Parts: sequence; C-alpha cells; structure tokens
Amino acid sequence: MQHTGSMRQLIGIWGLLLLLTAATVGISRIHLGAANIWAALGIATAKATLVTLFFMHLKKEGRVIKISLLVTLATLATFIGLTFFDVLYR
Amino acid sequence: MGKVIRMGEFFRRGFLESTGEQPSLFEWIFSTDHKRIGLLYLYSISTFFAIGVTLGLLIRLELIAPGRTIVGPDTYNALFTLHGVVMIFLFIIPGIPAAFGNIMLPLQIGARDVAFPRLNLLSWWLYIIGAIMALSSLAGGGGPPDTGWTFYLPFSGETTTNVSLAVFAVFILGFSSILTGLNFITTIHRLRAPGMTWTRLPLFVWSLYATAWVQVLATPILGITLVLILAERILGLGLFDAARGGDPLMYQHLFWIYSHPAVYIMVLPAMGVISEIIPVFARRPIFGYKAIVASSIGIAAAGSLVWGHHMFVSGMSDTAILVFSLLTFIVAIPSAVKVFNWVATLYGGSIRLDAPMLYALTFLVLFSIGGLSGLVLGSAATDVHVHDTHFVVGHFHYVMFGGTAFAFFGALHYWFPKIFGRMFNEKRAAWAWGIMICGFNLLYFSMLLVGLRGMPRRYYDYLPQFAQLNRLATYGSWVLALGLLFMAVNLLIALRRGKHIGANPWEAATLEWTVDSPPPPENFAVLPTVTHGPYDLEQAGEP
Repeated sequence: MQHTGSMRQLIGIWGLLLLLTAATVGISRIHLGAANIWAALGIATAKATLVTLFFMHLKKEGRVIKISLLVTLATLATFIGLTFFDVLYR
Repeated sequence: MGKVIRMGEFFRRGFLESTGEQPSLFEWIFSTDHKRIGLLYLYSISTFFAIGVTLGLLIRLELIAPGRTIVGPDTYNALFTLHGVVMIFLFIIPGIPAAFGNIMLPLQIGARDVAFPRLNLLSWWLYIIGAIMALSSLAGGGGPPDTGWTFYLPFSGETTTNVSLAVFAVFILGFSSILTGLNFITTIHRLRAPGMTWTRLPLFVWSLYATAWVQVLATPILGITLVLILAERILGLGLFDAARGGDPLMYQHLFWIYSHPAVYIMVLPAMGVISEIIPVFARRPIFGYKAIVASSIGIAAAGSLVWGHHMFVSGMSDTAILVFSLLTFIVAIPSAVKVFNWVATLYGGSIRLDAPMLYALTFLVLFSIGGLSGLVLGSAATDVHVHDTHFVVGHFHYVMFGGTAFAFFGALHYWFPKIFGRMFNEKRAAWAWGIMICGFNLLYFSMLLVGLRGMPRRYYDYLPQFAQLNRLATYGSWVLALGLLFMAVNLLIALRRGKHIGANPWEAATLEWTVDSPPPPENFAVLPTVTHGPYDLEQAGEP
C-alpha cells in the first residue's frame, strides 16, 4: 500500500509524537499522585491514536475495519478495567 | 468440449477420492480443501482424544482405592496435567470448530471454500506442531510437567519438569486457534451465497461466528501470559513474585481472562450443533431463531467477563468477588434461553430418536446438570465450601464432556453420512450411546457427591470415607470407555461397509444437504441462490 498522506502531514505528526514523548517525560517528574498514571496513559493513548490513524492509514479505511479495531480496544479496556475491581479494593 | 467433460467429472467425484496428481499422503497433508483440512483435524483430534481418555483411565485406576495403587504422587501429578493439556488444548478447544466447522461452514453458507484456504492449512500444521511439542514434554529433560493444565505461578516458575516445552506448545496451539477464528469471521462476512442473509444463516454458523470472535480477542492474552511464564522461568523477572514487588494474583487474572472465555470457545459450537440437530429430528422449525442468535452473542460477550469466579478463594478483593459473582449469574440467562428454545422446539414435534438426536437430547440433560452445578460455584459463599474439591471436577466434566463432547459425538453421527457418503448401524450406535450415558453418570455424579463431602481434587490419596464413591467412579470410567470403544468400532465399520446413502438422509433443509454425499471438491457446481430459512423443513430436498 502506498503512503497516501503528504510529506508535510507525516512530518507534522512525527513532530507531534516527539512533543508528546517529551510531555510524558516532563509529567513523570512532577508529583501528581494517582494522576501521574492517568496522564501517562492518556498521552500514550493519544500517541497510539495518531500512529494508527495516520501512519497505519486507519483514517482512510472502511467502517468495518474501524469498528473491528474499536471492538478490540473496548474488549482490552474492559478486561483491564475489571481487574481494577480487585487491585483497587484489595 | 473436452474441458467441459472434465469439469463434469470433477463435480461427480467426491472430495475423498484421489486426483492421482500427487502421492496420496501429500494430497491430504498439503491440501487446501476445507473439507480435507477438517478431516485432518477430525482424525488428529480423535487420536489425541484417545490419548486423553487413556490418561483419564489411569487417573481413575489410581483412585480406585486409597493409598498408592498403580503410580506414585509425582507420576499422578504428571498424569492429571497431561490429561488436562491434551483434552483442553488438543481435543475440546479445536474439536467442533476446527473439525466440523471447517468441513461444514463453507457448505452451509454456499461457498466453495473458506476465505483463506492456505492460512487454514497453516492452522492445521501449527496445531500438529504444537501437539507434537506438548506430547514431547512427556519424555526427556526434567520429566513430564506437574503443574496442572493451568500452569499456576509461582510453582510453574520453579518446577524443574518440562514446563517450558509444554507452555511453548500451548503458545503455538493458540496461534492455530486465532488463525482459524480470523478465517471463519472473514468467510462468514464475505463468502455467503446470494440470498444467504444474516437471518438465514444456520445457527451452527452463528455459533462459529460468536466463537471466532472470542478466539480472536481472548487467545492473544493467553499468548502473552505464556510468554510471561517463560520470562519468569528463563529470566527470573519477578513479575508475579510479591517479594520483588510483583503480584502473584495477576497471573491468575491473566490466565483466566483467556481460559474462562475458552470454556465458551468449547461450548458455543456445541450449542450450534444441537440447534442444527433438534429441528431436523423434531421435524419443526427452531423455536426463537433470533433469541438463539442473540444468546450466542450474549454468552460470548458476558462469558468473557466472568473469569474472576475461578479466584474467589485466592485473596482477591471482596468487591471483585461481588462483581464477578453477579456477572457469572448473568451468563446463566442466555444459556437458559437456549435450553428453553430447544425444549420449545421439541414441544409438539414428530420426534425421531436417531443417533444424532439421542446425543442432542443427552446434551440437554447433562449440560443442564453441569450448568446448574456451575451456579453453586458461581455463588461465592458455596464456592468457598466446594472450591478445589472433586465437585469442581464433576461440574467441569458435566459441562465439557456431557455438553461439548456429547455434542461432538452428535455432530459426528449427524454429518457422518454427508462426509463419507455411508450410513452407520443405527442399532449399534444406540447401544453405544446407552452404555456411555450409564458410565458417564456413574463416573461424574460420584465425583459431584464425593466433592460435596470434601474430597480435594489433584490428590493421589484420600481418606477411607471417600473409598466407596471413588470405586464407583472408577467402575463408571470403565463403562464409559467401553461405550466410547463401541461407538468408534461402529463408525469405523461404517467407513468400509456402511450402506451408501443419498444427498439428504435426514431430510434437513440446510445447504450442505443439497450437494452429493460426500461433497465434490469445489462443493457447488453453480453457487446456490438461497430462498428460504435453514429450518424451513418443507423445503428440504429428497433423501
């Protein structure tokens, strides 16, 4: 499959990913308690979204592919979420 | 003109016949025909089932009396571990989807093959490689694995037996399962014949579809978990070691996130088989088609969220126990919807008690006992009492053997004439069934009772007060094995000497019964246009 995004767009996304990486490192040095982990997970999710949408062309895929990926992510989030009923209340 | 004649011959010849283009073994083990791959699975799965049964018989023989009978404690540990690994990963998970799913799915939706035939062949090869590795763990090195099929840490990280090999074998088997799931999902979405709408899909296909999603979504988690065991064994990371900041319970979460949905990978296709057999032999359309479809999806979805009920006594938080107990009870609802719909289909029907129906009706009874005993385990308070006793073993075998394996035998008898073009001896089939249910209940009901009285599982010795029920269970295992042998002999005789039959001996209305028995290599000379539902029995073709 050819890369369909323009070079300018790809470089822009790359720059954004670098900025988000810097943000992850920066936030880890500030003490926010439990919010640290949420911030790190939030930034990681944003980065993964950018990679799948632009570098992996999800933005240009059909609906079935998008739904399949969302189902997978929702399942993973549910699995992880349910374990927190144990970990948080132990 | 010459080409036309050759094509005609092509569609008259059953898929079992050799083309003579390659040595006959290669024509099978490198075939991309879904029916041949399905049969390869059927033969290999049946072989591993026989090995699993032998291991089970040895376990029962050891337990016939208290104290050492035929093996010592270490060998006993290896026996139940291998029995579990072989039966779970080599027989019951691939059993119905990989064997009958492969053969019947394209036929039932009016396709010439699955979407990715070569990937399908790769799945079988991965299965065989995984199986050979699992069985090799019996020999050499530190001796057979002794962890139980659950490979619980920290023990599986420390034992010197061949756990790494067995774990890697299961890892490979997981890939086989994922690839089969992917293939089925794509096939059902893309290759349905004209007119085969979603509400005209046979319920077996729907059950394969729900199962395939669980295979694709849950099996990778097993893969990761197994890699983590290897990481613990080889690198000693301490991920599950509390002394080094790890969490021992995290292993149990990860393992059961896959392994409980795996129970539904095992039982959903079995339910699909029952939904095929009951309408045909009750001569009535299935009651509540859409409710059964919804319950398949419901079981697949809700069943993936209940893994914590394996961990009620592990030290997990009380909140988690409450949540997982509630979710477990929710799974009973779609399961009961199915049972009620099957019974409602039987109501007022002209019931024919041929062998497939005998197995289907037995499924209903045994699965119900298994399901209801499951509620005892799903309820946290009663689970504490019977956890890790023989009650759990009895419950599990009622669901898996009484449910899935009996449905597997039902499918075997139902589709045998289609696959091989020959009919088995009905009288002998009924005798085998009768012997099996006697042995089955003697074996596993004794286990339920001895478990309720407190006998722990996975112990090679027990107190004298458990002796009588254990002896009965062992007698039951012999009767059951005799029934299995009788069934196998009957089918093997039928392979050679069974009466030739036509396309539709059971007068069913699904598409596989519209083609010759055995079906031609490419299934359909012209792709069919579907104009009626799968259980519209008035539209069924002539026998």
